[in-house]
Amino acid sequence: MIETVSLYKTFGDLGVLRDISERIQDGEVVSIIGPSGSGKSTFLRCLNLLEVPTSGSVFFDGVDLTQKGIDIDLYRQRMGMVFQHFNVFPHLTVLENVTLAPVMLKKRSKADAEDYGRQLLARVGLSDKAAEHPRRLSGGQKQRLAIVRALAMDPEVMLFDEPTSALDPEMVGEVLAVIQDLVKNGMTTIIVTHEMGFAREVSTRVLFMDEGQIAEQGPPEAIFNHPQNPRTKEFLGKVLR
Amino acid sequence: MFTNFVPNIGRVLSKYWALFLQGAGYTLLLSFITVLFGTVLGSILALMRRSQNKLVSGFASGYVEVIRGTPLLLQLYLFYFMLPELLPMLNLSKFACVSIALVINSSAYVCEVVRAGIQAVDYGQTEAARTLGLNARQTMLRIVMPQAVKNILPALGNEFVTVIKETSLASTFFVGDLMTQYSTVRGSMYLVIEPLVVVGVIYFILTFTLSKAVNAFERRLQVSD
Repeated sequence: MIETVSLYKTFGDLGVLRDISERIQDGEVVSIIGPSGSGKSTFLRCLNLLEVPTSGSVFFDGVDLTQKGIDIDLYRQRMGMVFQHFNVFPHLTVLENVTLAPVMLKKRSKADAEDYGRQLLARVGLSDKAAEHPRRLSGGQKQRLAIVRALAMDPEVMLFDEPTSALDPEMVGEVLAVIQDLVKNGMTTIIVTHEMGFAREVSTRVLFMDEGQIAEQGPPEAIFNHPQNPRTKEFLGKVLR
Repeated sequence: MFTNFVPNIGRVLSKYWALFLQGAGYTLLLSFITVLFGTVLGSILALMRRSQNKLVSGFASGYVEVIRGTPLLLQLYLFYFMLPELLPMLNLSKFACVSIALVINSSAYVCEVVRAGIQAVDYGQTEAARTLGLNARQTMLRIVMPQAVKNILPALGNEFVTVIKETSLASTFFVGDLMTQYSTVRGSMYLVIEPLVVVGVIYFILTFTLSKAVNAFERRLQVSD
């Protein structure tokens, strides 16, 4: 479904991504782990061209998103993304946050979008907040809203960029539960995370990134129990105890 | 000279209160026109400055730099003499010429206000909107601008205060504003200080009230954050 071919990204002299060729299949749940500065987030952000790769290609559903003249907005509608800092829209109500894009981009009528929005909000336990403004929500609630906002577009894949890193510890669980629920329902998911327990539990595959490359990858049991690469061992030794 | 100061003020006021009132009206009208159209033009310039097109953004930058780097009085003279020559068929009144000069001047300052207001909106908002599939225009109109307005409005109020004071320069061309009325009264009563004080007090009342109102408005916006 998503494939990168010799992806490079440099910021000035800094090579953040160095030759990443990777394929993510329909229905996969891929966790990307690794030390900070290893290029995890940049890699994820290249998949929907929030970061424009310096060279290389990103294929989505067989289409090269990096080719000139492509309408990237159309493809972004099919890829949901959730950010570390939620980025919910503070000037809109919770329900408006959810319905804005589907209505604007003509995926649904207003009534239909509100209906669907309420269903989704109910699914993540935010039904009673529909008319509130996001400033009244806790961090965990904001992130659940951000997930629903993305889901309202019926994406084919969800990208999560450290979705729990900005949360108070007691709110991490509620957000992970929502992601887990998505995964269980078969959503193709790519998640950059520091939650090793979660990555181990939900992923079908784990990518370990180091210095702009995928240093090691495999099923979670293999990566977490029998890491081969010394850098993976070192990293896991630090974060798991 | 000052022995008659208070009685003179009384005389000036009782004789010319209507003229001062009219002057205050013109000053407010001129300021209002300036800020209103200055805001429209300034917003367009701000968007132009953000354009990907180098020619468009370059033009807007140049415009802002030139206007802000030259005196308003000079611009007033320039437009006052140049506009009727350039566009004789429009038969522009001097009030119109002066207004246009003020609008052009103000738009350069408003452009920077709007630009700062837009830049103050967290870039994450833009990223979130773009990942949903909104294009750059939709993102600006529906996500960034509504939030930027909160930053921009108080600054625009302050621009209004500044413009009220700056319109006094327009009196060079006798357009009926407060300062023009001062000249009229001075000429007819042979008093210099007293009408000046009266006009000064009126200016102060206008700007002080307005800036207090802006502050109150700003506090309300912050509460709703």
